[in-house]
Amino acid sequence: MTALLEIRDLSVVFDGFTAIDGVDLTVDQGELRFLIGPNGAGKTTLIDVITGLTKPAAGAVRFGADDLTGRKEHEIVRLGVGRTFQTSVIFEELTVVENLDLAASFRRPLWALAGRRRGISEAVEHALTTTGLDELANEHARVLSHGQRQWLEIGMLLAQRPRLLLLDEPVAGMSLDERSRTGELLTEIAKDHTVIVVEHDMDFLRRYASQVTVLHEGRVLTEGSVEEVRANPKVQEVYLGRAREEADDAVR
Amino acid sequence: MTLTTERPVAKTPPATWRTRLQGPAVFATVAVLALVVAPLLLEPFRLGLLAKYLVYAIVALGIGLAWGQGGMLVLGQGVFFGLGGYAMGMHLKLVEAQGDLPDFMVWSGVEQLPALWEPFANPVFALAMVVLAPMALATALGALVFRQRVRGAYFAILTQALAAAFVILLIGQQGLTGGTNGLTNFFELFGQDLALDETQRVLYIVVAVVLGLLYLGARQLVNSRFGRLLVAVRDGEDRVRFLGYNPATVKTVTFAISAGMAGLAGALFVPVVGIISPALLGVVPSLELVVAVAVGGRFALAGAVLGAVVMGYAKTTFSEQFAGGWLYLQGALFILVMTLAPRGIAGLLRRRRKETR
Ligand SMILES: Nc1ncnc2c1ncn2[C@@H]1O[C@H](COP(=O)(O)OP(=O)(O)OP(=O)(O)O)[C@@H](O)[C@H]1O
Ligand SMILES: [Mg+2]
Repeated sequence: MTALLEIRDLSVVFDGFTAIDGVDLTVDQGELRFLIGPNGAGKTTLIDVITGLTKPAAGAVRFGADDLTGRKEHEIVRLGVGRTFQTSVIFEELTVVENLDLAASFRRPLWALAGRRRGISEAVEHALTTTGLDELANEHARVLSHGQRQWLEIGMLLAQRPRLLLLDEPVAGMSLDERSRTGELLTEIAKDHTVIVVEHDMDFLRRYASQVTVLHEGRVLTEGSVEEVRANPKVQEVYLGRAREEADDAVR
Repeated sequence: MTLTTERPVAKTPPATWRTRLQGPAVFATVAVLALVVAPLLLEPFRLGLLAKYLVYAIVALGIGLAWGQGGMLVLGQGVFFGLGGYAMGMHLKLVEAQGDLPDFMVWSGVEQLPALWEPFANPVFALAMVVLAPMALATALGALVFRQRVRGAYFAILTQALAAAFVILLIGQQGLTGGTNGLTNFFELFGQDLALDETQRVLYIVVAVVLGLLYLGARQLVNSRFGRLLVAVRDGEDRVRFLGYNPATVKTVTFAISAGMAGLAGALFVPVVGIISPALLGVVPSLELVVAVAVGGRFALAGAVLGAVVMGYAKTTFSEQFAGGWLYLQGALFILVMTLAPRGIAGLLRRRRKETR
């Protein structure tokens, strides 16, 4: 297998606070990789760096043959990297189809956008059926429920036809039912895409993950299969231990 | 695999032929009123005033596009209006001078025609500049500030400062621009006597047709993919970047289009009203048009046009009776609209239409 994403010795510093501290990460073509870690571990920051939102203090991010550091956000998208956000951001004033269509049209030159949209393109159609939003195609995005918003975001990502998808906590705040649907959606997408998913939820991880990278305080703690990672005492200490504390808090 | 929804959602009713024909029907009615009824019924003086309001409506259309659709609060459209107006004014002055110096230059002791003026003797050049100069300035400004992610209030203040600076520049260059007096005393346009009622009537028709065409063009743009993108930039500029678009380009293009409209309006203003001067394009007139767009309804292009005509008419009527009171009334109206009906008159009309359907 060939590496699609290669991060070497990456560091990110916010006003003297080191949020990412010498991270190495390699994701192969076609892989579905889960990225976990307690709050503040640097998961979102890592995605922000890959997608050009945050500039690293040091290190390299290679995507295929390209170096991503120092590039603008939209240029990175054009190279084939797409992302969603922890809190979904869709365009509420536009309909579901219009949201998807915009996502699908970015490779056209600007002047070619001066025409009206006629019908539904193949990429949009595909995104609609994959996410199951076809029934809501002509509704304004503002009427969507929380789960549907997340699916629309994933659909927009699919419509972009990226080579690498980065999903930041796609099931946060979802009902159990919505979670398992998202899991199925994820499995479906992972069949023909390279995907990195940030996720907290252990249960979700057990059901859908294979390869997991654990981040802690800006460093890679360990990497491996779900079983290996779960069996790792260091992980239990920083991650599960904290979960136990939280559970204890909840009981109290 | 399908993900069905639990939450019931209100379906928008499918567009019937009635709702689909409503827009064109209204447009056709307004066109007949403006092109046939108004010239027949209104005395020349009133028709001239209406022509002036329609000229302002062209600027308002551009503001509706930039602010209502694109979220760019443009407080300095007077600059572009002025560029178009002066380009036209310079041409008219040169035609009248017939190879001599324009009158005001003689009065201010200028002895040789400034190089800047020379090409404006050519009507094609002058007409091209009417649109191109404002668009070029807006493009340069947009490329500079939007790329630096200057937006919101900062952008608004910047455009306002530009209007203020432009006025100072014009006043300072007495010999070149006519200073505070601006350019005036125009007698003919392309060989037609501007003092004749007939010429003014034709001018009115030209203004109305230009406004109508620009309205249709702007509507087409709003309904295009570019229009959707523009709304997306307005509502979530940062998110748009992750769709693979550069919002700075989208905003610059739109800003330039709105500037071109203002320039064209400025050029039409000159023969209609007979003057172009710094007082007509500074901070206050620029603001007045933004207020008019807000009152009419900035989210609908028709609202912007309506606002300019209604506020223009209100200003004339009110000033005829209580000189000086207009400023306060206008301010009060603005606050009232912003707090009670942020979508303006257009928003109120649309709501009523929905209720009666
Ligand atoms: N723009 C910023 N300025 C300063 N500090 C920041 C900034 N963004 C993130 N941080 C800090 O960097 C650390 C890593 O944050 P990050 O959002 O990447 O964590 P995370 O792993 O995504 O956590 P969560 O699970 O809560 O989403 C945190 O301590 C956070 O407070
Ligand atoms: Mg995060």
